[in-house]
Amino acid sequence: MILGLYNYWIVIVLMMIGFYIVMSRGNLIRKVIGLSVFQNSVFLLYLSMGKVRGGTAPILGDFKVYSHPLPSVLILTAIVVGVATSAVALAVIVRIREAYGTIEEDEIEEQDAAT
Amino acid sequence: MILHHLPVLEIVIPLLTAPVVVIFRRTRIAWGLAMLALWASFAIAGRLLFEVLANGPVSYDMGNWASPYGIVYRVDALSAFMAVFVSTIGAVVLTFAPRSVTDEIPEDRRYLFYALYLLSVTGALGISITGDLFNLFVFLEISALSSYSLVALGRDRRALTASFRYLVMGTAGATFILIGIGLLYMMTGSLNMLDVARLLPEATAPRTLFVAFAFLTVGVALKMALFPLHLWLPNAYTYAPSVVSAFLAATATKVAIYVFLRLTFTVFGPAFAFGTVHVQALLLPLSLLAIYTASTVAIFQTDMKRMLAYSSLAQIGYMVLGISFATVTGLTGGIVHLMNHALIKGGLFLATGCLVLRLGSSEMDALRGAGRRMPWTMMAWVVGGLGLIGVPATAGFVSKWYLVLGAVERHGWPVAVLVLLSSLLALAYVWRVVEIAYFQPVPEGAPPVREAPLSMLIPTWILIGTSLVLGVWTQLSAGVAHRAAVMLLGGWR
Repeated sequence: MILGLYNYWIVIVLMMIGFYIVMSRGNLIRKVIGLSVFQNSVFLLYLSMGKVRGGTAPILGDFKVYSHPLPSVLILTAIVVGVATSAVALAVIVRIREAYGTIEEDEIEEQDAAT
Repeated sequence: MILHHLPVLEIVIPLLTAPVVVIFRRTRIAWGLAMLALWASFAIAGRLLFEVLANGPVSYDMGNWASPYGIVYRVDALSAFMAVFVSTIGAVVLTFAPRSVTDEIPEDRRYLFYALYLLSVTGALGISITGDLFNLFVFLEISALSSYSLVALGRDRRALTASFRYLVMGTAGATFILIGIGLLYMMTGSLNMLDVARLLPEATAPRTLFVAFAFLTVGVALKMALFPLHLWLPNAYTYAPSVVSAFLAATATKVAIYVFLRLTFTVFGPAFAFGTVHVQALLLPLSLLAIYTASTVAIFQTDMKRMLAYSSLAQIGYMVLGISFATVTGLTGGIVHLMNHALIKGGLFLATGCLVLRLGSSEMDALRGAGRRMPWTMMAWVVGGLGLIGVPATAGFVSKWYLVLGAVERHGWPVAVLVLLSSLLALAYVWRVVEIAYFQPVPEGAPPVREAPLSMLIPTWILIGTSLVLGVWTQLSAGVAHRAAVMLLGGWR
């Protein structure tokens, strides 16, 4: 029962790893990586719920069992949103680096406190 | 024919104008096109509101796919109300924008500003009228991603770090919402809000249902900056360009509160949220804490935009407080405060934008003697400030009135007295500005300053003036809010 749901365990472990990285790392790039891991774990959650054991994609042809296609479609959209988020985040980091000369959170805070 | 397509035109017009603006790359054309698109949206939203008030909810099946399978846009009294006020604020703030944008944003980025602004408005409008859970998530992200970029356009380099923090917390919130929606989908196999509400296994109340509710509530609370999840907001509003602060302060968090209302009342149902989970036990203390801590912090700020940002956090507290009563009066107070505060705070940020244009800074020090140097701008500011306090004949009074009535009805006098006492804190921070602007001398050797240009004063006064009108003539705001509240509660209690 518990082992049978192993993909949900992976989802939760990935989610917590991602969330922990976002909270604990001071390097902004690492934060973005953590954020991506966090988002991607949710994609796995959606895909897991649509999967039917032995099922294929419901494309015209010979198949008896097929997985639910809707979660996959939803996740395509969510992946686009995730990519856009990472892109905006990285663009902002580039500008932060130009303005502050660093991407370490504590050094940025020091500089802000000094002004 | 065209009437039938109004709900989708409301969204599609600003959405498609955004890329067109980018193609032209000219600031003036960008502004002109954006004006056309947003005033058109405003007209459509107004038409929809009349339609809904006269004939009941309007449904629109996207691409003609029948309702539970395709994406549906559903406009009821509350959504129409939200769409009208988002498009009003969007259009008025845009009318105000050109001078302020010229002053605060470098030339090569101005057309991009207008494109992002259009996307941000699109997102907020989409959230207001969609009837599909996943669509809701997509619109949340459209409005959020464009807001992050808009905040990063600020002059100060701290705008960049503020934008980054907003992005991290906003994305965490959105992902929580996505998880919640996924769990709902898992239980019901549907994404249509009404369909999900019908299929939810509330009677057996499996654990998944509670987990979904928890994820959605926390996610939305992050988006609406409910204390203690508000840390992204003060810096974002302080360092964003004035126009962006005005638009975000007036709409972004309000739209998140709308999402909370929609999910809690329409999808989960008040009986589950307030009867089984007792979410009010969390909302009531958090909202009171938000009101008191944020108002107190606001008193000690030296930057006017930051002060207004903290005041916004307190006002969000009032709205959530109204919702936590879960009675018709309390909800009416919460919903009407959405609109009133959007007008008041939008107007205040626009007046602050005028001050920034002429005085070059939003620091309180620069403000000394501004009451005599820019009388019309400061008068708008003071009228808005009175609205924040909730003085009779301003819109703020109407919402406080309903909130106090709701508090008495639900919890007796203690909560009502707390609401009334909190107005004193608002009085303290508003008075500080009045004192500096009117009773302190103009600093020696300050360059002469003219009144703000009419192109900025008129939009400012439109928002402030509307808030005064709604303070006296409450039919449009409180009347519609009351209908929305009755609809949301749907006979519960």
